[in-house]
Amino acid sequence: MLDLSHYASLGEALREALQRWADHVCLIEADRDRENCRLTYRQFQERALPLARALQEHGFAPDERAAIIMTNQSKWLISAYAIFYAGGVLVPLDYKLSAREQWALLRHARASVLITEFPFWRALRQEGRLDELPLRLVLVTEAPPEADVGEALRWEEFRGEGEPTFVPRRREDVACIVYSSGTGGRPKGCLLTHENYLEQCRSLTAIYPFSPEVRYLSILPTNHAIDFMVGFIGPFVCGATVVHLRTLRPEYIREAFVRYKITHMSLVPLILKNLERGLRERFAALPAHKRVALRALMRLNRWLTRRRPNVRLSRRLFPDVHRAFGGHLEMLIVGGAFSEPATLQFFYDLGIPVANGYGLTEACTAVTVNDLRPFRADTVGKPLPGVEVKILNPDADGIGEVAVRGKNVMAGYLDDPELTAETIVDGWLLTGDLGWIDETGHLHLVGRKKNMIVTEGGKNIYPEDVETFFEGLAVKEFCIFAANYIWPERRLGDEQLVLVLHPFPGEEITEAVRRDVLARNRRLPDYKRVHGYLVWDRDFPRTASLKIKRTMLAEEIRARRSRADVHWL
Amino acid sequence: MRRTVEQTLEELLHLAASHFRVPREQLAPDDDFFEKLRIDSLQALELLTRLEHHFGIELPDYELQGVTSFRALAERIHARL
Repeated sequence: MLDLSHYASLGEALREALQRWADHVCLIEADRDRENCRLTYRQFQERALPLARALQEHGFAPDERAAIIMTNQSKWLISAYAIFYAGGVLVPLDYKLSAREQWALLRHARASVLITEFPFWRALRQEGRLDELPLRLVLVTEAPPEADVGEALRWEEFRGEGEPTFVPRRREDVACIVYSSGTGGRPKGCLLTHENYLEQCRSLTAIYPFSPEVRYLSILPTNHAIDFMVGFIGPFVCGATVVHLRTLRPEYIREAFVRYKITHMSLVPLILKNLERGLRERFAALPAHKRVALRALMRLNRWLTRRRPNVRLSRRLFPDVHRAFGGHLEMLIVGGAFSEPATLQFFYDLGIPVANGYGLTEACTAVTVNDLRPFRADTVGKPLPGVEVKILNPDADGIGEVAVRGKNVMAGYLDDPELTAETIVDGWLLTGDLGWIDETGHLHLVGRKKNMIVTEGGKNIYPEDVETFFEGLAVKEFCIFAANYIWPERRLGDEQLVLVLHPFPGEEITEAVRRDVLARNRRLPDYKRVHGYLVWDRDFPRTASLKIKRTMLAEEIRARRSRADVHWL
Repeated sequence: MRRTVEQTLEELLHLAASHFRVPREQLAPDDDFFEKLRIDSLQALELLTRLEHHFGIELPDYELQGVTSFRALAERIHARL
């Protein structure tokens, strides 16, 4: 792999990688069971440079911001590299957000260029007028020939002639603005520098080295911090091959494992549990004597690999299981949310190590990872090399807020010095997560100090962002809390949102209000829905500017109500 | 002859019922399929594959975005027929 200490920017490191492994396959894009394209590092460069040149011909200047809204596909990476080559700042936005939310973030980021897929562009155009945004160039991929793309240009035809100018960046320059939340409330645009990414990549590859033999299956969207690092920057600077699958459907994921002899894949707990469910169903269908034998083999494998994984040995113990995963799988990488230890152990016992860890966008992806030496299902691992973790104000059990310091910590939040000052104190990033560190240096997470949840799909959901969808309810006032924020439990997983309803004086929550809550909830994406409502009979404490004092309200509710009072939906 | 939206909806309800093994009469057009079928987003994607085969069209994953009722999904399918 490249020695990343020698490079000042992502663009510089990627440029070197594209030259060093020119004839090696870097990217395969597959959709369902067909292959859309297969590019060597040289061909990747040949597609990206005319795009960079055309951007420059259209006046795209260093430090200008270019947003990408795309599913995971080859044009995402090609566009990102072109933006870095031209010295731009990349703004990766989640294609799963609504057009209204994307619109708000494009405005907040002041992106002057947008690269997106045709269906998302069509939705954005229906949302508002282009001239209301600072955008001056929109590139649309895969628009049907007869489609009206409006003010946009077609990505496939947007090609410049001649060599683009490579624009050097310094390590402290911002490489990406990544939104960790705030689509409905206060946008949190994390300013991540080239140094953040290069150092994060160095730390991760020190623990899990990639090589040109690695074939990485990318199913998470590339705007996701994990996939951006583990499915783009990491493999590329190691000369590995990335296989982009444009669908999350389990049956095609299984096929891709076999067809492309996949060695590594990142996923979120939701998908891991889906894989587990599929395997458990297959095992349950086995004759009783085979189930007994399987359980015995799993125990044997756990003992044989108690110090470190031995995938070759495990493949011999479970040939059918490993064949179903293509026979080359070395490791799964899971992150983005809390993983059940039992699930991690299940895979490990089958000889499929699952490297789980802990991270947050503000720390450029990962803070801790399990080094698998030995495998530990009960923790989120040890701090990465060069990353310090400490527990602030620990209680009698050693539990306190997790704080992080290192070259992976962001420069701050875009246009929000106040929030930046609250979040990064004396160089320490205050994560808002609660945990403790054991005698072996492994971090254990037990809850959150902040009012938010993380779904199994790896999405951070802030109650304030969901509240906008309930505005106009026929109640005096309402607000939303993470249940664990009101009633802390020393565990993570199965996190829930509770809608607190304060009816008008003398009224109760009517059937009409209840139906309205249910109807609004149904219109939300499943991961943003509230899980229950609580009836509250006192005025919410408010500031002089009438903002709800959430901490105080949570304390009042905690004193007078319990989880049992919640009407779960 | 091209199907109507109502026909598409009826076929969708029938397929969903058989795929997830629930009685057809328990499903109504405006039901939230995540709730009614007790499925997560990945299981909903499995249904999408079944629908693709049945209707002979391609439904990208993002067609499920913002869709929760059988009726809304039927409308998206119908737009691609």
